Amino acid sequence: MKPLVPVSAGARVVLGAGFFVMFVALWAVATYSGWVPPLFLASPGKTLLAGWSLLTEFGFAGDIAITVFRVVGGFLIAAAIGVPLGLLMGAFKPVEAFFEPFVSFARYLPASAFIPLLILWAGVGEAQKLSVIFIGSFFQIVIMVAVIAGATRMDLVEAAYTLGARSGGIVRRVIIPSSAPQVMETLRLVLGWAWTYVIVAELIGATSGIGHMIMDSQRLLDTGQMIFGIVVIGLIGLVTDFLFKALNRRLFPWAVL
Amino acid sequence: MSGKTLRIAGVTRTFAGQGRAKPTLALQPTDLTVAPGEFVAILGPSGCGKSTLLRIVAGLDTPTAGSVTLDGMTVAGPGPDRGMVFQSYTLFPWLTVAQNIRFGLQERGLPEAEQHAIAEKFIARTGLKGFENHWPRQLSGGMQQRCALARALANDPEILLLDEPFGALDHQTRELMQELLLEIWEADRKTVLFVTHDIDEAIFLANRVVVMSARPGRIKAEVTVPLPHPRDWTMKTTPDFAALKAWLMGEIREEVRKAAAA
Repeated sequence: MKPLVPVSAGARVVLGAGFFVMFVALWAVATYSGWVPPLFLASPGKTLLAGWSLLTEFGFAGDIAITVFRVVGGFLIAAAIGVPLGLLMGAFKPVEAFFEPFVSFARYLPASAFIPLLILWAGVGEAQKLSVIFIGSFFQIVIMVAVIAGATRMDLVEAAYTLGARSGGIVRRVIIPSSAPQVMETLRLVLGWAWTYVIVAELIGATSGIGHMIMDSQRLLDTGQMIFGIVVIGLIGLVTDFLFKALNRRLFPWAVL
Repeated sequence: MSGKTLRIAGVTRTFAGQGRAKPTLALQPTDLTVAPGEFVAILGPSGCGKSTLLRIVAGLDTPTAGSVTLDGMTVAGPGPDRGMVFQSYTLFPWLTVAQNIRFGLQERGLPEAEQHAIAEKFIARTGLKGFENHWPRQLSGGMQQRCALARALANDPEILLLDEPFGALDHQTRELMQELLLEIWEADRKTVLFVTHDIDEAIFLANRVVVMSARPGRIKAEVTVPLPHPRDWTMKTTPDFAALKAWLMGEIREEVRKAAAA
């Protein structure tokens, strides 16, 4: 192995899949050998069976759907407000000076700490779940987009000026297109974090969702179901990540991503 | 030949010091007049303030004192009447070659058909045919600068400001680019203000060479280039060229030495 030498596409797939196989194998060895009692950790087989019964008997697909809806809903609301605000902050320094100190403060407030308050304010319905995701994502999006927009290459801005662009044109035709790929990367990252918030939100005061199912399974000490729930979240994350990357390659063929 | 007269009068630039550092004088009061259709090269060692002067003409920097006027109108900021090509590659990476060239035309709100016609004309003149739909990252440095030149020319500016546009290119490509620029100038006679530290480049391209001193910059000498047009590369080996080069080298060496000692 030499530092920074790229790996071939085939080897990449084999190596990536290899670790998954190894991981499951270790898990199987630990459980089937009786080394870890089933009370603490279900075997891979039992986990799959538990998953099957969840999907066929307990309507787990509905839980998955509602959780996806909460994540995507809260995330989209946060992005719809956070991205434009971040772009404005990056582009116009007085706007940044006005919002930045508060946003920097607010983004350290843990979204999960708001759950009790949000239950008080919004009850235990969907509004509360969406609010948790929103609080967790919004400030991160704003600050990261502001940094990206603020780092727009000055020579491109100057070139646009000498071609006759004014403030509006600079924002629309230079800052936004040049920031777009990195903004999408940021959204991909934040969507990942949004998944952690939704599960926390569903652990408390929820009657549906993947997090709620995991909570219920704990009462029954069904580690198979709990693990299946966690794995499902991981798989959804993997798929959305893949979709996001594919979308970025399609949207930004000019960029080297 | 058309265009407006550029008048630089007493332009001075001082950069504020960081913290308690004293402010630096980058440009001493400078006067320069460029007539319509002239090709003037500003020649000087690096850090002499020649780019600062050009940026002030472009409106990208503000003089501490003095003024820049174009036919009597004061330059208060950047505008499409002063097209610029930078040393760094400044094509918009998210636009194709043709879209880059149309950038200024779109900003002016020209009809689509006219935009395409103009872009096509300059794509042909800069030898970019067949590359219209390439992304900038797919182009060599030389081609990127040709596209940047086409983008500036498409806007039909009164004056073309070139800030060491070929500085990042290899020697052979640079010579080809010089010939291309000369060909365009000989056809259009557009006013050009060209900043460079390359003596050959200055003589080969310009009608007049202005030599700047080491920092703080000022114009220390000025010479008219007597070589006739059209020029081609063989001119670089003529005695007239060599004599002018020898004289300019003497002027510049002195400044480089001062800059190194400072």
